Amino acid sequence: MAVNTEFVGRIYPPSGPYAVSAEDIAAFAAAVGATDPVHTDVEAARAAGYADVIAPPTMAVIWEQRSSRAYVADPEAGIDYSRVVHGEESFAHHRPIVAGDELTATTRVDAIRQAGGHSMITVVTDLADAGGAPVCTASSTIVVRGGE
Amino acid sequence: MSRRTFDSVSVGDTFGPTEVAVERETLVAYANASGDQNPIHQDEAFAKSVGLPDVIAHGMWTMGATSSVLVEWVGDPGAVLDIGTRFTKPVVVPVDGSAVTVTGVVKSADEETRSVLVDLTTVCGEDKVLGRCQARVALA
Repeated sequence: MAVNTEFVGRIYPPSGPYAVSAEDIAAFAAAVGATDPVHTDVEAARAAGYADVIAPPTMAVIWEQRSSRAYVADPEAGIDYSRVVHGEESFAHHRPIVAGDELTATTRVDAIRQAGGHSMITVVTDLADAGGAPVCTASSTIVVRGGE
Repeated sequence: MSRRTFDSVSVGDTFGPTEVAVERETLVAYANASGDQNPIHQDEAFAKSVGLPDVIAHGMWTMGATSSVLVEWVGDPGAVLDIGTRFTKPVVVPVDGSAVTVTGVVKSADEETRSVLVDLTTVCGEDKVLGRCQARVALA
């Protein structure tokens, strides 16, 4: 199976909305050792100027990966998921993700490069809030290892 | 906590090393919290069957733990404007657990936006597990 380079530039229809809950934020914060009370205590979050508890900076990966699954699992895309490793990840935050947000995610295939027999695919997902305002841009590069 | 002030920070300032323990239970918690249930992060027999030395941590767990150390220094998780990394080596998590160690250094400061660029280094034993890990944070 070869990665289909014709997918570069393809934009998938928005997915979601994904409801962000205080419980999900608390569980994610605990799993990555994020101990700041603004993740778990609404009063602390409000004192810091937020409407409710906020997500740790890498939590956007949850909605990014849910959204990009439409591409990665697309049989026409030619991605053998058993050969995939995560190469790079980045998040640009336009504002913190807050409990109560309803996020919509739009994924596009940004680039597909070949190197050393592997395919490197960069997928960019824009998260927007219920009003359509940008919240976070997540960029992920996966490496599909070539066959022996 | 409150956000660190721009005026209190200089280029070259460092923080850490901070050690973060990672147990098999940590990875189960991360899998449940993130939705990434790939068995290479939980099931030793499965991980070894696909050629790995043992269970490995989710790359995104390592990035998340590194981010948490950064946030502890900054004093406000909402201050992180952007953060990015490459995943260079896996964090192997044997049955008795492992740990990563995180250090940070302020690379540059932008007076106009009162933000700083921080280089983060995360190692597991001798292995540098994140490459080119950088974050831009807004200070007070």
